[in-house]
Parts: sequence; C-alpha cells; structure tokens
Amino acid sequence: MTSSETGAVFVGVDVGASRTKVAILDAEANLIGYCVRKSGTDFTHTANLCLEAALDMAGIPRKGIQYCISTGYGRKNVAFSNDTKTEISCHARGCYHYFPMAMTIIDIGGQDNKVIKLDDQGRRISFKMNRKCAAGTGAFLEEMSARLDIPLEAMDGLARQSTEMVELGSYCTVFSGTEVLEKIRQGKKVPDIIKGLFFSVIKRVLEMDSLTDRVAMTGGVVEHNPYLVEMVREMTSREILVPEHPQLTGAVGAALFAREAANHREDTR
Amino acid sequence: MPEEKKVTRKKIEATDVCKKIMADHFYEMDEAVRTGSRKIAWCTSVGPAELLRGMGFLVYFPENHGAMLGATRMSTDLIPYTNALGYSPDICSYLTSDIGSYLQRKTPLKMAYNIESVPRPDVLVFNTNQCRDVQDWFAWYSRELNVPLVGVHTHRDIGDIGPTQIQDIAAQIEDMIPQLEAVSGEKFDMDRFKEAVGYSRRTSELWRACLETAAAIPSPWTFFDATIHMGPAVVARGTKEGVQYYEILLPELEQRVKDGVAAVEGERHRLYWEGMPIWGKLRPLSEQFYALKTCVVASTYCNSWIFDQLDPARPFESMAVAYTELFIVRDEPFKEEYIADCFEKFKFDGILFHDAKTCPNNSNNRYGMPERLSKKLGIPVLTINGDLCDLRCYSEEQAKTNIEAFIEQLEEA
Repeated sequence: MTSSETGAVFVGVDVGASRTKVAILDAEANLIGYCVRKSGTDFTHTANLCLEAALDMAGIPRKGIQYCISTGYGRKNVAFSNDTKTEISCHARGCYHYFPMAMTIIDIGGQDNKVIKLDDQGRRISFKMNRKCAAGTGAFLEEMSARLDIPLEAMDGLARQSTEMVELGSYCTVFSGTEVLEKIRQGKKVPDIIKGLFFSVIKRVLEMDSLTDRVAMTGGVVEHNPYLVEMVREMTSREILVPEHPQLTGAVGAALFAREAANHREDTR
Repeated sequence: MPEEKKVTRKKIEATDVCKKIMADHFYEMDEAVRTGSRKIAWCTSVGPAELLRGMGFLVYFPENHGAMLGATRMSTDLIPYTNALGYSPDICSYLTSDIGSYLQRKTPLKMAYNIESVPRPDVLVFNTNQCRDVQDWFAWYSRELNVPLVGVHTHRDIGDIGPTQIQDIAAQIEDMIPQLEAVSGEKFDMDRFKEAVGYSRRTSELWRACLETAAAIPSPWTFFDATIHMGPAVVARGTKEGVQYYEILLPELEQRVKDGVAAVEGERHRLYWEGMPIWGKLRPLSEQFYALKTCVVASTYCNSWIFDQLDPARPFESMAVAYTELFIVRDEPFKEEYIADCFEKFKFDGILFHDAKTCPNNSNNRYGMPERLSKKLGIPVLTINGDLCDLRCYSEEQAKTNIEAFIEQLEEA
C-alpha cells in the first residue's frame, strides 16, 4: 500500500538554537500539524514534546509516521528521526515548495542568518550564513528586548509607531546595547529606537549577499516581526514573498525531504 | 537517527620516516645549541634557506613551530600573553602563539621530543614575501635576544615579474652574505650553496609530483595528509634528507594510484582548499570530509612549497625567481588563473575558501575572488571563517554545518 492509502505522515523536525519546530505533512504534502517550542537545553526532550503536540494537532498516532528528517543546530539530537539534513537545504526545500521559482531566500533565525539562492528548478546556486558573530539575528533582538525591558512580542507594534528612526552604528550586540541606553539618555523615543534595531538587523542581512530574482523571507524573526518584511520591501523596492508560516519553513522542508525519502524507499522495494 | 561511522583509513607507510626526519631536525639543533657545534639561523618559511645552509647554518623555521602550536591547540592559551605586550589579536597568530610560547616557556617540542625549548638563534633571517608580520615577529626576538636581524624585502601584489624585481631580490640575497659571515665565522662557500639549491630543486620536483598524484580519481591522499607530509619539504629544504624522503613517499603514492587505493573510500566529491589550514582542527575536518565521501584533493597552501624554478647554475637569480613567483606574492588575476589551472588538473567540484581571521595575506576570499572563480569555472564555492591557530576565531558547529550544506548542494547538482 502507498502512503496515501495508509494515511501515513511525514515529519520534519527543526531544532534551532532558540526554538524547536515540528511540521507534519500528509501524503499530498499538506501541512496537517505543527508545533513550536523553546529549544531549551534538552533538545531530545523538546523534540519529543513538540512531536507529540504536532501529532495531536494532526490527529495521527505516533505509529503513523512513515519517515522523519531532523534539521537545525540540534539535528543530531533527535532520537526518533531517520536521517538528518542541514537547515540550509531544508529552508531552500521548504521555501521552494511554497514559491516554485528562482529566488533569493533570506532566513533570519535565532542565531543564524542565511541567504540562499535557488534556480528555477529549486537547485541551490549558493548560500551564505552569518559569520561567527550573531549580530543581526534573533538573539540580537532578544538581548535588546531585555535591555529595554520590553517583551519581544511587543517590538513589532512599537516599531510601527516610529516617526523618526534612530540609526545604530555598532556591529557588536553588547556595544549596541550601550548605544541604545545612550539614545534613551538623549531622550530618543523607544519606538524610534526599536525601528533602528530592526534596521540594524536588515543591514546585517543585506550585506551578506546580493539579491537576485525574487526575494522570500523566512524564519522566526520574520514570523513575529512582519514589520521587518515591510521595511525590507521599502528598502529594496522589491516584492517580498513570505510563506504562511515563515518560522516553520525549515521543518516543512525537512518533512518534504522525509516524504521524498519514503517515496524513494517504496520505489526501490 | 543513524549512527556516525568510525573512520578507519589506510595508513601512508612513509609516515614513520616523515616523523623521524622531523624528530632528527629538532634533535640536531638541540644538540648544536647545547654543544655550540653549529650556528643556528632562524628563517621564515620561504626565506633564503639555501643560502643559510650553504653558509653552514642549521636552519630553524618558526612558522613550523607556529603550526605545531596550532595543531596541539596550545596557541589559544598562549596568544593572550603576546596580546598583552601590545601585539593585536588581529595580527598573525603564528607570531602571537610563538612569542606567547617563548614568554610562558611552553612548547610542543617538550611533549613530542622531550626538548625544553626551541633553539636559540644566532641570526634571524626573514623574507617578506609571506607577509610583513614575519619581519615584526623576528624583530621582537632580535630585540629580546639581542640577535642580528637581516631580511629580504619582496615586492608584493605583482602581476608580471620583470628583471627589475628579480635583480633587486637577487642582490638583496647576495648582500646578506657579509652579515651572515660575521655571524657564522665562516667564509661563504659557493659550491655548498649550489649543492643546497640543487637539493631544494630536487625536493620541489618530487613534492610537486607527490601533490599531482591527487589528480587521479580516486585520489590516493588528501590535503590533510599533505599538510603532514609537507613537513620535510619545509624543514629539510636544501638537504639530502629532504630529497630522500620524497623519493620514498612518491612511489608509495604512485602505487596507490595504480592499485586504485582511495584516500576517501567511495570518493564522490573533490574539493580545493584555498587558504591556511586550521591546524587545531585537521583531524575533525578530515573525518567530516571522509564521512561525506569528499576528498580535498589540492590546495594552494601545500603547493606553496614547490620551488622548481631553482637552478644551481644560477643560484641567486633562480632563488629570486622562485621566491617571487610564489602565489602569495602575486596579484588577483594571477591567483585566479593559478586556481583555474589547478581546476583543470585536479578536476574538483568546488572550492572551499578559509578566511583566516589573522592571516589576510593568505585569505583570498576578501576581494570577491570566490564569486569570480565560481562564475568563471562554473562550480560552487564556500567560505568558512576560522584561523590557522586562534581557535577563538573558529565556530566549529557553524563550520561543520556550512561544509555539510555545501556537500548537500553538490549532491543536488
């Protein structure tokens, strides 16, 4: 029997430095369950909790999993996965699933930024990750939310209220924090500073590589701060594609690879 | 989750001889320092070693010690002591590791050979063809130990090399002789000099032939093997022992090619390594590539000890040519053409650029070369950030993911 007849599902697990994401696809590659949690320090445990929640959402028992691929920083810690792939491949695969065209993908994650270029067949032409410094990633915004004592989820709304953005100059997250405090001392408004922080994230990403063809944005930072996408649109004068669940793109890509691997296994039987 | 396979590789039989040559090199100098039987010259890696041998010096190469400090992962603890003297963490980590080693009286020679310290120099001889840092490095020791410092100042970023440059460098080498005679207490002996140039030439020819065996598919050895087996080409350049070593290694590699022995079992991909090795991570990198069925077949770094322009009939001039035609001395168009030639010869599927934080002269990714070569050769490129010795500049997980993703990209192609 084929997977479509058995109702089997395909699982992608993306264990990021900040969040763990699980995506469950059915035989037709529809997203039927997912979950996002803080990765914490026990990746194996978190992956299990995430899987259970995603399976509950899909209404599928654990034995219904036909194949699973894990990705992300903690990909080797997922005890129940059949194989691993890097997050670069999975983000590319996931994004191409939603937008089957040549494009540049900008992924802004917890501690990694990626710029991935695909041709019109979805093949990777090149990729770049941020250098060893994590300035310009989600970790930067987390640090700044703590410095400003503002919840992370409030930043997007505040940035939208900005009337006169404050530019920040430092490369270093810690020095940027000092710069932010200095701006507050000068009487600058918090929304203007937060927009400046978003601008700083965008600058760090855009300096990684040139943009070609269409541009898509993915990742947790994009999911929770859609204003950042609007700013990129304005700065680059390009339409920016964003999948329905940008934070799940890597997990969806992993699940798509799982589906292909299972189909390949069936074909070769 | 599939378990990672343990790596078992067929040993290169010549390795034991290689180790003995390296050990004898250090024992001979240690003995000379203790007994005062021979004078010691410190020489930069592509300094005028043949001239020094021709004048009766034993030649010690601090860059080799820097690599040992990196490979033993001692560097990261020693570098800060040099930084505290005002030498920036951003300059050559061979320099900062080595001076830190001197300051802390800690050397990998103790563990490897039970030798307490590197040999004290009688003279310090540099050539800036590598970089300016070597001059500053030796100048520190010159002040610290009150030892004479002499050097060759090479023209840099050269495209076409003309007679002006060659005559100048040849004259600079020749002009060293009176100063070196004053230290050695011996008259310059032209025959002995020519003999050293002849040995260097022969060593280079054999070393080139060894490296070129990697053009075979599958390759009989990897870049990581070559970084070890180049030891005699570095420290025994200009000696009979250097020649003899490669007369042993070359037939073994040729036999591997004949027998179809693959350094990487089931070789699927072939890469070129551009830039310095990451000395403290050779083993994990080698194992990662092995697991990915990828052989790093060639590198600019290992090729940099090929000096087959040397000619005993024209010793000064040919040394000037050999040490000026070096990759590191040349301009960007030359370097691109050089790597393109290697692409033709070694048939690799991609290029890995190592951007070494403290070695701008040997990091060729910084002026758009990866992008230009990718377009020109039609192959993908990857840059990883790291350093030759300072592991604080290397994020291992980031690098591993980048490499794995790069191989996945090759698989997709």
